[in-house]
Amino acid sequence: MTSIREKFEIPGKMRTWSLALISIGLIALVIGLVTKGFSADEQEQAHFWGTLMYNTIFWTMVCNAAMFFICVITLAMGGWEQSIRRVSEAISTMVPIFGSITFLVLIYVVVGHKHNIYHWLDTAAVDKDPILLGKKGFLNPTFFVIWTTLIIGLWSLLGWRMRQLSRETDAPMDQATGKNFILRGTVRAAMFIVWFALTVGSTAPWLWLMSIDPHWYSTMYSWYTFASTFVSGLSLIALWVIYLKNKGYLELTNQEHLQDMGKFMFAFSIFWTYLWFSQYMLIWYANMPEETVYFKHRVQGVYKGIFFLNLIINFLCPLLILMKRAAKRNYTLMTFMGVLIIFGHWLDFYQMVMGSLSKEKVTLGWLDFGILSFFVGMMIFFVGRSLASKPLITKYHPFLKESVIHEV
Amino acid sequence: MAKKKFVVACFEDEAVLFPAVKKVRSTGYKIHDVYTPFAVHGLDKALGLRDTSLHTAGFIYGITGTSTALGSISWILAKDWPLNFGGKPHFALPAWIPITFELTVLFAAVGMVLTFCYICQMAPFVKKHHFHPRSTDDLFVMVIECTEKTNVSDLQAFLTNNGAIETEVQVAEDGWWLGRYDKNEVPFENKTVAA
Repeated sequence: MTSIREKFEIPGKMRTWSLALISIGLIALVIGLVTKGFSADEQEQAHFWGTLMYNTIFWTMVCNAAMFFICVITLAMGGWEQSIRRVSEAISTMVPIFGSITFLVLIYVVVGHKHNIYHWLDTAAVDKDPILLGKKGFLNPTFFVIWTTLIIGLWSLLGWRMRQLSRETDAPMDQATGKNFILRGTVRAAMFIVWFALTVGSTAPWLWLMSIDPHWYSTMYSWYTFASTFVSGLSLIALWVIYLKNKGYLELTNQEHLQDMGKFMFAFSIFWTYLWFSQYMLIWYANMPEETVYFKHRVQGVYKGIFFLNLIINFLCPLLILMKRAAKRNYTLMTFMGVLIIFGHWLDFYQMVMGSLSKEKVTLGWLDFGILSFFVGMMIFFVGRSLASKPLITKYHPFLKESVIHEV
Repeated sequence: MAKKKFVVACFEDEAVLFPAVKKVRSTGYKIHDVYTPFAVHGLDKALGLRDTSLHTAGFIYGITGTSTALGSISWILAKDWPLNFGGKPHFALPAWIPITFELTVLFAAVGMVLTFCYICQMAPFVKKHHFHPRSTDDLFVMVIECTEKTNVSDLQAFLTNNGAIETEVQVAEDGWWLGRYDKNEVPFENKTVAA
């Protein structure tokens, strides 16, 4: 281990680009807010707040997936990711930041009584509707606000505790401390995962996204959302790892680690497709009106193009391009696939939310890309700062050696 | 089936085996194979073996399975004998995906197993020569192929210097044959063949 550059210095170019992206995003945000967000037209309003909602929920969940990744590997006693662990940690520091934006947007939508987005907010309609009346215990503003606060708060808190623990590996530890460290890591990771299962694995997507179509439900929906965000989170980690490698950091990381990230991206793209298909086929087969209502305008209506493009980007491309070992070890191809997968799942979130809010017209345009650039800029800016704030390598982690000699 | 002359060297430790493999290769001897009791990480690279093409074969078997499934189901259900299942279209693609998936997996799995057996020359009644019975127990056995020019005693001394605990010369079949092993071949008995 000769000369490891432990400190990441933010390149001026990165700062400029991230600030430029944020400013473009802010301009789009302000124009959108003035022309649409506060306009009298309900459709325009739904367009603006819907766009903000799917972007912020997507990016929060993607960054949270980075912490999930760490926790899963901690529980599995995996050592190979130690050399890139600080990268996933830095991405997970975005959860409180994006989480607060999500929180503000969702609270505005619910407290501001935007029943053109959440139909179940319309109490007069709910009272006449036996289906919505049956869901009232779950879909009501009080529960929504409390549960959303808990979801985002505990994601941030439990993730922060994991990151705090990781700081201990910056100082040497003896065997007894090391054992104790592993035990505490296991407990904290388990706590995060339990809360993750109760939120991302079930309630959060139901509450935030599926309730846009309050009459419709799918038991696959949360898993589908989880798969979508997890595979994007993995791609994001891979992109940052490649970026840092390009800048000459992460000396202990090599193609072996990259190939494992590639395997995860490949595998979870297939997992996503499995859920996509299971959700689609059962509804297609049963052909019951209350279930097909979700797919009707997506498969046969104006969203047809995006719906199937989604399947090509998120299934066929990873399947065919990432299948080969050489592709997973190739930095250029992995960068391309990382960007493609994140874009594909962002598009998936677009059609999940906007497909329900604007059924007649595909609204994909300047507002979506503007707000996307805001979030990408924020992500680059803050992840870069977080990377610079602590050593890039968990230097005295008991499992670090496993990562150094890792070979696929 | 040609009989060839081999020098068989036994090692007790991986840590000794790796430098020995490196030295033997750089000296220019041809390693026939190294037999180990368990899979040793990195040995394939040390031996300079190329990556297997088994997964390429697997991909080809897989798409054969996919096209077999889609081809036969679509021909049967849409052309040869169209039936009405619950008002679904005859060409009901989503309903066929599970079967297509299963057949892809089946073709790929069975095809790869058979290909693997073919590459390793494994089949009922096919026999190959065992260089050392303890290679399945506790010894790492390196087998070096000799040519007419190989100085066998030099090679044996060279191997002993590099940590081999035991070396011997064997004349053996390098391929496979059908039938039984020689009745006299009893495990754990010295079966050194005079050079």
